[in-house]
Order: sequence, then C-alpha cells, then structure tokens
Amino acid sequence: MKPIVPKKHEPVRIGYYICHCGTNIAAMVDVEAVAKYVATLPNVAVSRHYKYMCSDPGQELIQQDIREHRLNRIVVEACSPLLHEHTFRKATEAAGLNPFYCQMVNTREHNSWVHTDRAEATRKAMALAHAAIERVPHHKSLEVKKVPINPDVLIVGGGIAGIHAALTLANAGKMVYLVEREPTIGGHMAKFDKTYPTLDCAMCVLSPKMAAVGSHPNIHLWTYSEVAKVDGYVGNFQVTVRRKPRYIVEDLCTGCQECVAACVFKEPKFPDEFNLGLGKRKPVFLPFAQAIPPIVMIDPEVCLNFKRGKNPDGTHTVSDKCKKTCVQACGDRKAIDFKQTEETKNITVGTIVMATGFKIFDARRTPFFGYGIYPNVYNALEVERLINASGPTEGEIVLRNGQRPKKVAIVHCVGSRDENTNRWCSRVCCLYSLKLAHLIKEHTDAEVYNFYIDMRTPGKGMEEFYNRVAEEGMHLIRGKVADVYPDPNDGATGRVVVQAEDTLTNKILKIPVDMVVLSVGLEPHPEADNLRRLFNLSCSSEGWFLERHVKLAPVSTFTDGIFLAGCCQGPKDIPDSVAQAGAAAAEAMALIDKGHIEQEPNTAYILADECSGCKSCIPLCPYSAISFDESRQKAIINEALCKGCGTCVAACPSGSIVQNLFEDDEIFSEIEGLLAPVPA
Amino acid sequence: MPGTGLNLKPWNPLMSKPKVAFYWCASCGGCEETIVDLAEDILGVVEKVDIVLWPVAMDFKYKDIQAMPDKSIVATLLNGAIRTTEQEEMAHLLRRKSVYMIAYGACAHLGGIPGLANQFSREHMLQFVYEQGPTMVNERKTRPQVKFADHGREPVLPELHNVVRSLDQVVDVDYYVPGCPPTPQITKQAITALLENRLPPKGSVIAPDIALCDECPRKASKPPNVAFTEFFRPHQKLADPNKCFLAQGIVCMGPATRSGCGAACIRGNMPCTGCFGPTSRVRDQGAKILSSLASNVAAKDEDGIRKTLAGIPDPVGTFYRYGLAKSILRRKVNLPPTGNDH
Repeated sequence: MKPIVPKKHEPVRIGYYICHCGTNIAAMVDVEAVAKYVATLPNVAVSRHYKYMCSDPGQELIQQDIREHRLNRIVVEACSPLLHEHTFRKATEAAGLNPFYCQMVNTREHNSWVHTDRAEATRKAMALAHAAIERVPHHKSLEVKKVPINPDVLIVGGGIAGIHAALTLANAGKMVYLVEREPTIGGHMAKFDKTYPTLDCAMCVLSPKMAAVGSHPNIHLWTYSEVAKVDGYVGNFQVTVRRKPRYIVEDLCTGCQECVAACVFKEPKFPDEFNLGLGKRKPVFLPFAQAIPPIVMIDPEVCLNFKRGKNPDGTHTVSDKCKKTCVQACGDRKAIDFKQTEETKNITVGTIVMATGFKIFDARRTPFFGYGIYPNVYNALEVERLINASGPTEGEIVLRNGQRPKKVAIVHCVGSRDENTNRWCSRVCCLYSLKLAHLIKEHTDAEVYNFYIDMRTPGKGMEEFYNRVAEEGMHLIRGKVADVYPDPNDGATGRVVVQAEDTLTNKILKIPVDMVVLSVGLEPHPEADNLRRLFNLSCSSEGWFLERHVKLAPVSTFTDGIFLAGCCQGPKDIPDSVAQAGAAAAEAMALIDKGHIEQEPNTAYILADECSGCKSCIPLCPYSAISFDESRQKAIINEALCKGCGTCVAACPSGSIVQNLFEDDEIFSEIEGLLAPVPA
Repeated sequence: MPGTGLNLKPWNPLMSKPKVAFYWCASCGGCEETIVDLAEDILGVVEKVDIVLWPVAMDFKYKDIQAMPDKSIVATLLNGAIRTTEQEEMAHLLRRKSVYMIAYGACAHLGGIPGLANQFSREHMLQFVYEQGPTMVNERKTRPQVKFADHGREPVLPELHNVVRSLDQVVDVDYYVPGCPPTPQITKQAITALLENRLPPKGSVIAPDIALCDECPRKASKPPNVAFTEFFRPHQKLADPNKCFLAQGIVCMGPATRSGCGAACIRGNMPCTGCFGPTSRVRDQGAKILSSLASNVAAKDEDGIRKTLAGIPDPVGTFYRYGLAKSILRRKVNLPPTGNDH
C-alpha cells in the first residue's frame, strides 16, 4: 500500500478512540461521554468508543477510518502503552500512515483502575484525551532504524540457572561468556544433597551439566571473575570483566591436586568456604571434588608465601618465605604463579543473561533462634553439607561435639513471611524442610519436629511429596517458634529447648532437642544493588531484579537485551530456575537470530548549528552516547547508542538538543491540553 | 515586509526622516547610556532619524505624542520593565503610535533586575522600603499616595503594580534588543537594520541564537566532565583569567545565554550573569541552567549535594537575575491580589 504522507499544510485530522476494555475502563469512565466531548475538540475528525480496541475489529476500525476519513493522526485512549502501543502503531502503519502519528493515552492503569469516583474519573479521561489531542498535531513522521546485533552472549552467574542458559545458547551455536565470581560454577545447587520432590542427588543432576559447560567449545568460562563495567546497548554491549588472581595458571593446571598434598600445611587448617566453615581446607585447595573448572587456587590471606593482609589497592605481596613445596610438586607443569595479578578482559556481546542468584537469610538477624549463639543451631544449607557424602562429615549427621542428634527441630520461615525481616515467602523452605526432615530421619533415625506457619506445597508432585514425608512419621507442628534456649536440665551436650505455640491445639510446647535446623529464606544477593547500577536494571522494593512484565515479559528487563534467570528475579526452586533460564536463553536467541535490533526513534539529536559546545550534556549520558567533536567544537549524539532517556535534553542549557516524540512543542501542548477546563 | 503584516514601507525615505522614539520605564538608565555610548556613531543616527521623544535627553511632552497620528512613529525603542500604571499607559500609547515596538534591554525584554521583585508581594516590598529598611527612619510610616490634596489641587501619581512585567506581557512587541545594557554594537546593528529596512521575522531577538560559549575565549578550557564539588561567588575567589568559570566552580550563565555581547564580562574576568536571555528554543532560562548545573554536581548523596549547592545562596537571583518576570515561574504564587491583580 502506498504510504500516506500528510502534506505540510494539510489540515490535521485526528481519529480518537476510547476503549471500554470490557468493563476495566467502561465501569469507571463514561466512555460515551468522553467520546462526545473529544468530538468537540479542535482537529478531531472522528471520535469513537469501542469495546476492545486491541481486538482485530478494533484495529480494523482505525484502519477503515484512516482510509475513509483521511485521518492523519490517531489517538487511542486505552491501557498502558507498555501493552498495546505496538499494536496500535502497527494498525496505523497497516493503513499506510506513519506509525508515529499514533499516540496512546493510558486511561486504565492511570485512571479507571486507581479511582473510585466515576464522574471524576470521566473528567480525568477527558483531560488526558485533550492532552493527546493537543499533542498529536506536532507529531512527525519517524523511521525505525535497524542496527546489527552481536551474536555473543554474556551470562552473569554460574549457578544452575546460568549453567542451563549457557548450555542452551552454546548448544544452539552461540558464543557464550559465562562469568562467575566464585572459583567454581555450581552455585547453591552444588551444595545441596538431594533435591525435592524426587529426592535425586543434586550433584548427579548438576555435575554432568557443569562438566559440559567446562568443556563446551562455545563457552568461555571465567570463574573467580566479576563484571566491572558495562557500556553500550542491546546488540552491542561492551563489557569489562575483572579476573581475580587465583595464583594458578588455568591453562597449565591439570587439577591433579598434587600441590594440595604437598603444601607445607600437612593438615587442612582454614575454614572451608564451600562447606560454610564446617570443614577445613589448606591455603591451596580445590573448592570441592567436582569443581568446574577443576583448577585449584591459592588463598593469599593464609598462604605462607604471601605477606599477611591485603595492600590498600586490594593486591597481595609475595613474601617468598615459604619452601614452596607446592611448586616442587607441580614441577614441569609450572601452573603456580605467585606473581599473578588481576586481569581485565574486554568483550562485546549483544545480549546478557543475569543469573546472579540469591543469598540465604542470615539467621543471626533473628537472635531468638540462637543461631551463632548455640552451637547446635544450624542453618539449612549447613545441614545440606552435613548430609552430603562429599561434605565435611562425609554424610554423617553429627553435631559440632561429634554426637549424633536424637531429636531434631526444623524451624520453617526463618527470615520469611515476617514483618521484622522479610515479608515474602521463600517459596522453597516448606519443601526443603520436608526433604531435610526425611533425610535426617533416614540418616539418624532421629525424631524430627517441623514447626511451620502454613504448609505450602504447590507444584507438580509437591503435595504427593509432602504426604509421603508426613507418612514417614514426622511431628508436624503448626506454630511459630518463639524462642530457642539452652535446656536447663542438660549438662554438656548443648541441648536446647524449642518453645512454640501449637496453634492447632492452642498449647505452648517446650521441646528439648539436640539439633535445631533453621529453614532460612532467600534474599536478594548483597551485590544486587551494585549489579543493578552496573547493568542499569530496576529492582523491586525487596531488591529482586524487576522483570519487564510479570506475565507478558517475565524474563525481560526494562533494559533491552538483558534477561533474567533464576533467583535474582525472585525466590524459586530448581525446576523453575531452569525453566526460566531456558526462557531467557530463548529470548536472547530470538534477538540474535533476527540479526538486527529495531531501534525506537525516540532518540535525541543535537541541533548542530545551535550547539554552543558547552559540554554540559557529555558526562550526563548514561549510555555514553554523547561525544565532543573537537574539529567543529560541538557535541554529537551517537543515535545508535541513544536510548531516549531525555537526560541531555533536559540539561542542555541552550535548548539545542531535541528528542523525537518529546519535543518541547509536543510536551507543552500536552500540558496545555491537560490543564484546559473540562466539562463538569 | 517579513512578519509585520504590512505591505507598505512604513515611511518614504525620500519624503522625510523616519520618526523614532526612545522611552524608559522601570530601568536603571543604563540603556540610555548605551545610546550615548554609540559615541560619534550617534551623530549618524541623529542625522538619519527624527527623534520625537527622548525624555532623558530632550524636552518633549506626552501630549505631543498623543496628538500624533497612529503609526506615525516608525520605531519606539522602549527600555525598562512595566511596573506602574503610568508605564503601562505609555507602553500602550507608544505601541499605538509606532509601526515597530522594540523592547530595548533586558528589563523590557525579560523583566530584568526589577523583575526579581516578583518574589515578593507589593505590600512586602513597600513595607521594607518605607519602614523596615536599615537606613529608613519613618516613624509615621508615611507611604507614597496615589492621590493627595495640595493647595486645592489633587495631583495623581502612578500606582505600583503588584507584578513586574516584561514589555511583551503588556503590549505586542516586534523586536527585542537584549542585554543589560545592550552593547553599542548590537544597538547599532538593530538601528541599521531598521534604517535599511532589513528586518528579521517579527519577534526576533537581535542577537545570535546560539549560547555564549560559542564565542567565549575560554571555551577550550572547559573539561568534558565538569563535575561540581564546590560553587563560589565571584568575590570569593580570584578567578583564573584563562579558565572556564564553570571549571573553577563559579556559576556562569554563558551556556544558557544568547551570545552577541562578545563575551564582554568574561573578558573582564567576570562570569556571564545571563542578561542576553535564553535562546529562542528555551522557555525558561533559569530552569535550564539549573537543570544543567544540578545534573553536573559530582556528589550523588543528599548531604554532598546539599553541601555543594550551599555555594549558591540565592538561586533565584543567580539563575533568574534578568528573566524571572518572563519565566515560567514568573512570580511567587501566593502573592495576594491587592491593588492590581497583574
């Protein structure tokens, strides 16, 4: 179809449509009255209301009117542009009009859903309509630009979500950079013993995937590394990655661990991070047996060949005071390098998947549970390590005093569903508590008490799992634990009393137990706020990364080309994390395989003749899109980098930066329309 | 005749010399000085025009003007803001008698320094000036009267409006000659354009539509990232005569102000205070420079920001020194509408 190009002096002819959205809008806004009012406004040629503007007949209505009434501007008053701006622009374009002559007015989220007075909401709908009617005459024909996309993908975080996304993309032939801050990938899942509801061994499921990541030709695996800087935009992100020194040359280390055996420390002496301090390691160590990459590292804080303590710049100084038996053991492999320094890698990727995970709630914040005070109180992750055959006790559940617990209390919702700590449900602690109850019983035949607020077991196979565990003979007590204190009748075993109210029998219970397991909740990663800034993401008020739309774009973010997978977006279990990782990989692939990015034309540009070269705008651009042309002494905006945030437009002191779709005339007219009197 | 809507030349150069009026309203007199500052060039002007009104230098009566036919004056160059009933009356009279009404100088153009009075109510101001001022002794609290009886006569004095306005907020204005005061060069340019009938579109400001940095001799010394950590007022620091004022933490209105003055203040080692007003693309000069400077404050925490901004103790006087009356802010909103509701 031949495009309709409004001639310069052709009169503006606006088509206005207000949507009922079923009753979503029509129940609170008198759409008929609004349509009648708008028909009286200047330049309005057609004014209608319709049940569902986004439906095919609704869109057809617009197209028919454009053709029949020679409309050259379209205003649709309906829901959020986030949902349907694209729909109506496309409908406008299909009738041959430039899509940017179409303007949406949000009268649902901004009006009908948030008001209770129908008369006032109707007046507001009129005012909002008037604003758009004043605005659209200033609209111009704009072009969507196409920018090629870099097919490589960065994945931040090597837990199960990051691993799954990396493998999905790499198997599809995409080049993946997987950056993990710890020395090994695997994340929290690698620390678990069994997984619910099937009770299959976590590592049996995970380790093949970890190994596949380690050996995949399409995956650059950078562990013990962090993203330091992100520039650019979808299709072309420039990322700087800091690779921290592990004092081992990765390419030369074979993972034989002879250096570990040869270390001058004959016995492991230092708390072992992977086992949450329940076990010990040497200064040179492999995080755990199935670590990927299977490369040891040296802890400069405790290795004798380094001076104690960090230098102010974060580096460590070699003291050369050790016999370096490790180096002798390594021999010709020459994999140990005490002079290794931090390395910086610069990469360009087109898309990014955030899979930075979570942190468990620190139970010391709820001191009445006694964590960190009484040695027999553990958090659930520690118990996972105790049960795990490769853990510090080789799968024996023994207390810190070496004894086997005979009575164990599991306290649900620690740091979850609690006004004083975190209000949200951890989504996993009911089920993992049941799993731990089963495993503890299986390993020790102890009597197990589960203290829960509500038993929440949604999901496939979960209720069945609950029934199965319940039938094994647990004490399931519905009640919040109020206190944990040392058993006054106990001499030396460290036994504690768990006090709770059983809300089903209205009785206060005081149960002496040998071991307390705190089912800690999930919290945003402590680095999430820094990462949010680094990657320009939004966070929910709790600190989880915010998805673009909870239903329509659950793994997308408000930054194009950055996707979310796993618990960084909110608490979830392993199946959901994996599913989300797959979705994030698919979204990334959809962009990559399209080959180009369509760029919204709401970008800013500099009026070159008018720019005085004052440079005020240059440091303000969050996308580094503005540079200074020394030869012309003017600022210039790289349109491909501009995301249309408008910061420079507002800050240009001489008004010499203009933003498409947000020109002063458009905004001031909109304000005038908005403030114009509306009928009572 | 671009933009004027007239098809005829306003005067026939062969017949008589064009009539020109100079008038002053709420101003300091500096604009009048500029006319004199044309020095010997003024003789050329006087030779080519017939001055019909110039209260500062020549003796004409208002009734002479009243008696003239409408549009018989080719151009009135009016300086000063409009803040009294008399000024308003004269503005209307001269508008009627003139083909071109030219707002001459920052006060007529933007409201100027007198426009800063819009931060206060008229009552507030009169009270301060006639009663509370530190040098004021006025035990009977005498105030100027609009009318009073004297030997059987009743003279009437102009009344002060509640709000100071720029000329174009009172009458239709054809051109603006910016500056506090306009430079002789820009004045000559305006008068020459008028005499040679080479006038730009109606509503133009007779100065380049690009900010001062463009012609600033210190432009190259501004770093691309001027992250403000401290602000100084000009008297608090001996300014480096070769370095951008903003790079020295001294507020300079240059980036938000029209060029055309030849960076006169900068060459005198004083920062631009914004008298040429904003470019045609800006509706509120103060808001624009505020937005630009505030965005470039280095501190990102509230305390740090507050500390940095403490270096600008009078933001209205700094950013709206000449432009308050003409800005979007215009005046303090809670001004009581006493006397005159303008």
